[in-house]
Amino acid sequence: MAESPVRSGKRRGNLPPLELYVPEPRYRPGDTVDYSHLAIPEAGALGRPDEACEASETWRLTTDMIRVLDDDGRAVGPWNPNLDPETLRRILRAMALTRAFDDRMYRGQRQGKTSFYMKSTGEEAISVACAFALADDDMVFPSYRQQGVLISRGYPLVEMVNQIYSNRADRLKGRQLPIMYSARDYGFFTISGNLATQFPQAVGWAMASAIKGDTRIATSFIGEGSSAEGDFHAALTFAAVYNAPVVLNVVNNQWAISSFSGFAGAERTTFAARAVGYGIAGLRVDGNDALAVFAAMAWAADRARANRGPTLIEYFTYRVEGHSTSDDPSAYRSAREAEDWPLGDPISRLKAHLVALGEWSDGQHEAMDLELAETVKAAAREAEKNGVLGHGLHHPFHTMFEDVFEELPWHLQEQAAQAIRERQIKWPEWKE
Amino acid sequence: MLEEEPVSLHDAPTRALGMIEAINDALDIMMARDPDIVILGEDVGYFGGVFRATAGLQKKYGKNRVFDSPINECGIVGAAVGMAAYGLRPVPEIQFADYIYPGLDQLVSEAARMRYRSAGQFTAPITIRSPFGGGIFGGQTHSQSPEALFTHVAGLKTVIPSTPHDAKGLLISAIEDNDPVIFFEPKRIYNGPFDGYYDRPSKTWKGHPGGQVPDGYYSIPLGKARIVREGAALTVLAYGTMIHVAEAVLAEKGVDAEIIDLRTLVPLDIDAVEKSVEKTGKCLVIHEATRTSGFGAELVSLVQERCFYHLEAPIERVTGFDTPYPHSLEWAYFPGPVRIGEAVDRLMKD
Repeated sequence: MAESPVRSGKRRGNLPPLELYVPEPRYRPGDTVDYSHLAIPEAGALGRPDEACEASETWRLTTDMIRVLDDDGRAVGPWNPNLDPETLRRILRAMALTRAFDDRMYRGQRQGKTSFYMKSTGEEAISVACAFALADDDMVFPSYRQQGVLISRGYPLVEMVNQIYSNRADRLKGRQLPIMYSARDYGFFTISGNLATQFPQAVGWAMASAIKGDTRIATSFIGEGSSAEGDFHAALTFAAVYNAPVVLNVVNNQWAISSFSGFAGAERTTFAARAVGYGIAGLRVDGNDALAVFAAMAWAADRARANRGPTLIEYFTYRVEGHSTSDDPSAYRSAREAEDWPLGDPISRLKAHLVALGEWSDGQHEAMDLELAETVKAAAREAEKNGVLGHGLHHPFHTMFEDVFEELPWHLQEQAAQAIRERQIKWPEWKE
Repeated sequence: MLEEEPVSLHDAPTRALGMIEAINDALDIMMARDPDIVILGEDVGYFGGVFRATAGLQKKYGKNRVFDSPINECGIVGAAVGMAAYGLRPVPEIQFADYIYPGLDQLVSEAARMRYRSAGQFTAPITIRSPFGGGIFGGQTHSQSPEALFTHVAGLKTVIPSTPHDAKGLLISAIEDNDPVIFFEPKRIYNGPFDGYYDRPSKTWKGHPGGQVPDGYYSIPLGKARIVREGAALTVLAYGTMIHVAEAVLAEKGVDAEIIDLRTLVPLDIDAVEKSVEKTGKCLVIHEATRTSGFGAELVSLVQERCFYHLEAPIERVTGFDTPYPHSLEWAYFPGPVRIGEAVDRLMKD
């Protein structure tokens, strides 16, 4: 018998050497972009099964793509949610407000009013249309890029800016990095910096709702990059095992900071297709098509509410801007990617639909954009009265030690006293 | 919560129970009192737990309140965090403390910080029960004492009982507490106290004063130590199984030691510690966990900082060695009578 290659370290002569495959995105800075490889199916082509269908019947819906708005701005096919013009205008407005807010806060960061910001440009349809498809008391477990949910639910913009500026009026008392909102009274779960942790938490919340015989459901969002975390597997397993009334969403915006979706496994299959392996219904949706997003979430929410169990939805979209204010995407991807994105811009597409219906006009849109920019500016100014980051108008010092526990144990009391002593040494005039 | 006056421990009839029965009793009493309590974990439902801690509870309270979970500690803790956010009071079980690590991110980054990061909008009144500690030939992954990983996390409370009586009262307090509590159950003493003499017949809780457990509801406050034995010559700080080992060794040595069962590591009963060391002038810290950066280091620091002028000898630390927990050499690893005895001799030599 030949000596084992394990012992000798020599390769067997008749086999090719193994090769490690490391995915590489198609386009790097300076490259010309060609999206012809992307199969973009026609709007309206996919069937819409009953919400009570078997999970396995959704296979086609997980590998294809649900689209409602066609190139001419018409809503077509069985997934058309047939929303009335007033609702369409409200969705359009919430999307435009989200974008206006992002633009203003990005500038606020550049002006040094805060340390950090993350835009959701290009992804507004997902958070906004989902929020419109849910009941207001369904609990959302968001990632850091669903500010559109808060805006759709009417959370005061001033409160959002207060949090971003970590000022005296910040409800989170300046403890949290900007945009890590928490708004229990708006069904918006506290955002964590640790990716994907909210996925199994949403399942637990949904299980609790079922344990109590409630009618509310939970939904959670993560990016496609975070779907590689173990929490993704935990969430889908628990959701399936307990038939939890939860809608689990993967926002596939192609990029996790500088890593393209191939590093989350996108080259092998879709993210929606993973649902079927867990025995969960799956849908893959044009994430820049607000009507398709609305229809998919409404379908999944109805399914959950009828005790038919969880759904995993993948929204296929594109992260138009940098990952955050600390990121420069020109260092790792072609600038043409966003401009040439074949699914277009979610706001432009819904606008074109309303115009095609005769329910909207360019003039109305321009006027709305101006009004929204003013609305955001006014909110930002109002919030600035409570201070911006580092300008002294923060919460009282002692609050740093509160809420670690329900009550301050002795060691935190001692440390709070120390912090206040340090402050008084540095600024003898200082109070509170 | 149902309104019910806590029974005075002096008046309550008691029963001789093992630690498992005491824990089961605490869970039963709390589930009856509070409909928001749910139990989940691997094998905790129909089967009643691999150590029988949840025996009979699913039958009594139904599958909606006591249920088996997939083998996924991240999912168990993550789901519990979500349930707590809804308003339930979950009491998840991690089958062995050695297997709590997959749930660590959910514990450290989520449960521990929920109240803080949301400024009180969301809380995590979760009690994580988990058998821990060695002395059972559990090898590397059924023997660990990872308490120092949790005492280092702001926002977590860590509780370790040493008798059936305390296990019941402390578990009831942990479940009622509105903060997340890590409740480590020393599995070596589930069925009886263990004095470290592995070569002698094992004992049951029968006849041990700590095995007399009051009937009904009672609670032992978190953050309060128990003086196991009053003494004037030496302060011994320990918890869990090591309480019984320390008691046996110090009795043999005839040292008038004050043995303090810390019971709660965070928040620590610093008053009891200070008062004792100021009286005795000497301090011995004992734990099973590995030495470096173990909870003992924190205890030694605190005593050094706060009792320096009362100390008559260097503070001693008797712990497990800085190795993974071995199988065949368990009794060479375990901080037993010889290792503790040597430290006591050093401390008491003048």
